[in-house]
Amino acid sequence: MTRVAELLLLLVILTSFLALGTARVSACIRAVALQGLLLGLLPLALYPAGGAHIWGLAVGTVLVKAVVLPRFLNWAIREAAVRREVEPRVGYPMSLLVGVAAVAAAFAISSRLPLPEQAHEMLVPAALATVMLGLFMLTTRSKAVVQVVGYLILENGVYLFGLTHVERVPFLVEVGVLLDVFVAVFIMGIVVFHINREFDSLDSSHLSALSD
Amino acid sequence: MLLLALILVPAVAALGASALRGPARRTPWLLLGAMTHLALVAAVAITPPRPVFHGWIALDALGLVVLATVSALFAAVAVYAVGYLRRAHSPGGRAFVGCLLAFLAAASLVALSHHFALLWVGLEATTLALAPLIFHKHDRRSLEAVWKYLVISSVGIALALLGVFFLATAQAGGPPGARPLVVEDLIAYADRLHPAWLQAAFVFLLIGFGTKMGLAPMHTWKPDTYGEAPSLVGALMAGGLTSCAFLGLARVTAVATAAGSGPFIRPLLLGFGVLSLVVAAAFLIVQTDVKRLLAYSSVEHMGLLAVGLGVGGVGAYGAVLHMINNAMVKGLLFFAVGNAVLRAGTGAPAALSGALRRAPASGFLLLVGLFAVTGSPPFGPFLSEFAILGALFHAGHYWIAAIMLALFAVIFVGLAARILEVVHGPPSPSAPGVGEDPWRLAAPAVLAIAVLTLGVFIPGPLFRALAEAAGTLGGGAP
Repeated sequence: MTRVAELLLLLVILTSFLALGTARVSACIRAVALQGLLLGLLPLALYPAGGAHIWGLAVGTVLVKAVVLPRFLNWAIREAAVRREVEPRVGYPMSLLVGVAAVAAAFAISSRLPLPEQAHEMLVPAALATVMLGLFMLTTRSKAVVQVVGYLILENGVYLFGLTHVERVPFLVEVGVLLDVFVAVFIMGIVVFHINREFDSLDSSHLSALSD
Repeated sequence: MLLLALILVPAVAALGASALRGPARRTPWLLLGAMTHLALVAAVAITPPRPVFHGWIALDALGLVVLATVSALFAAVAVYAVGYLRRAHSPGGRAFVGCLLAFLAAASLVALSHHFALLWVGLEATTLALAPLIFHKHDRRSLEAVWKYLVISSVGIALALLGVFFLATAQAGGPPGARPLVVEDLIAYADRLHPAWLQAAFVFLLIGFGTKMGLAPMHTWKPDTYGEAPSLVGALMAGGLTSCAFLGLARVTAVATAAGSGPFIRPLLLGFGVLSLVVAAAFLIVQTDVKRLLAYSSVEHMGLLAVGLGVGGVGAYGAVLHMINNAMVKGLLFFAVGNAVLRAGTGAPAALSGALRRAPASGFLLLVGLFAVTGSPPFGPFLSEFAILGALFHAGHYWIAAIMLALFAVIFVGLAARILEVVHGPPSPSAPGVGEDPWRLAAPAVLAIAVLTLGVFIPGPLFRALAEAAGTLGGGAP
C-alpha cells in the first residue's frame, strides 16, 4: 500500500500545480476538487488496517473537500459570472517555476527534520510543499475565488501533515480541520457574494480604499 | 461542571438570542448573559474546580487571569451596548447579540483549554464570531475591512494549526502515558520533546497567534478592521481577542521554556515585539483617524506583551499584568471614542474635531484613557510597563530598553495630538448627533476606575494569581 500512498502524494502535488498553472477559474476548482478526492483516499492507503475511524475520515474528507466545497465555489462563480483570472500578479510560467522551487525546498527541509514515527517518508515533504503552493497562490492571485482555492490548498497541506498523527492524537484534530475549512470558505463565499453585488466584480484588488 | 458552564452558558445564550424577536428583548438578554458569566468566573476564582475531559479543560492561574479579564471587559461591553443600541442601529442586525455571546463562549474555551488543539478551535471560533460585526455598514469600506480581516486571520490560523501538528510531532518521542498536546504533560516531559520540531512549532504558532494579536508585520488587517468596526466591537477585539491570542502564545512559550528552548525563542519574541513598537510609533505619528490610531496603539501594546514574554523574569509578570491593563484601557478608549462618534454623528476624522467639547464627561474619560494608554502614572499600564522595562535592564538589554523609552515618547505625542483635538479642538460645523447616556458613561467610567486601581495597588489574590502565572512562564513576581 505504500506504493499507492506514494502515487497519491505525487498526484496531490500535481493537482496543486494544475491549479497554479491555469487561467480558467473552473479548471482551478476542478483541480482542487480532485485534490480533495486524493486526500480522502490517502488515509485508506496509509492505514490499511484503520477501521471505522479511518473510513470515517476518508468519507468525510471526500464529502467536504471533493463535493461540497467545489460545488459551493462553482455556485459562487456562476453567481458572479467569472471565468478567467485577470492578469495575476505573478505570471503563469513564473508561478510554475516558483512552485517547483517550493517543492524542492520542502523536500530539502524535510530531509533535515527527523520524521515522525509511523509516518510515510513522503508525507511531510508533500505536506510542506502543498502549504507553500497554497500560500503562494493565495498571495499572488487577484480574484477572490482563486484566493479561496489557494487557501483550500494551504489547508489541504495542513491536513496532509495532520495525517501523520491520525493514530496517536484524538479525532478532534480532524474535526477541527474540516470544520475550519468548511466555515472559512462558507463565510468567505458569502463575502465574495457581497463583493460581487457591491461592484459587479470578484476582483479583490479593487479593495484598496483603506491604506495609510 | 462549573468549567463547562462557563463555555456552555454563553453558547446557549447565543442560540437563545437568535430566537428572541426585537432588539428591546435582546439587549437585556445580552446583559443577563454577561453578568451570569461574570458571576460564574467569580465562583471558579473562589473555589477552583477540578479539571474535566482528561484534563483538556482546566483552570490555572494564567487561564483564570485571561478569563476574568475577558469576562469583565465583556460585561462592560454589554452595559455600553444598552446605551449604544438606543441610538445607533444594531451592528450586524439581528445577529449582533448572538455573535457577541458566541465570542464570549469561544473566548472562555480558549481560556480554559489545556489542550493545544482545543485552544486552537476556540481561537478560530473567536475570529469567526466577530466577523459579521465588522461588516455592519454594508458599504465598500467595511467590506474591504472584513475581507482583509478574514483572509489574513484565516491564513494565520491555518499556520497556527500546522504549528499545533508540529508540536504533536515533537511530542512523539515522549513516554507512552503522556497525553498528546495537553499543556501539563508537555511541560512535565519537556526534556523529551524533540528540539527541532518544537522550535518549528514555536515559529508557526508565533506567526499564527501573532497574526491574531496583531504583531508587526502581521498587523496589516488591524487598522482597517478597528477603523471600520463599531466602537464596542473594537473594544472587544482590542481587549478580548488579543488577550486570547496572547494566552495561546504564552502557553507555547511556557512549553518551549520548560524544554530549554529559551535561547531560541527569546530573540524571536523580542524581535517581533520591538518591530511592533517601531511600526506602531511610525504610523501613529501620521495617523488622523482616531480608531486607526487606537489600532496602532494596540499593535504597540501587543509588542510590549511579546517583549515581556521574551525577556522573562519579572517581564513575564509584567506581560500578564499588562494584558489586563491593555484590555481595560482599550475598552475605556473605544467607548469614549464611540461616544465622540455618536456625538459628531459620523466617524469622519474632520468631523470629530472638538466633538467632546459639549460632552465633558466623555471628554474627561477620553483624556484619562490617553494618559493610561501611554503609561503615565498613576494608572495601571505604568506599573506593568515599568516591570517590563525593569526586566530588560535586569537582563542587560539596555539598547532595547532605550529604544522603547524613545518610542514611548513618540507614541505619546502621536496619540495626544489627535485625542486632544477631539476633546479640545475647534468644533466642526457638522450636524450634532446624540448626547450623553448614563449607560454609555458607566461602562468607560468603571473601566477607568479599574485602571486607576490597578495603578495604585494590586489586590492580594490578584498578585498571587499573577505571580503563579508568571511562574508557569518561567518568570516570577517582583
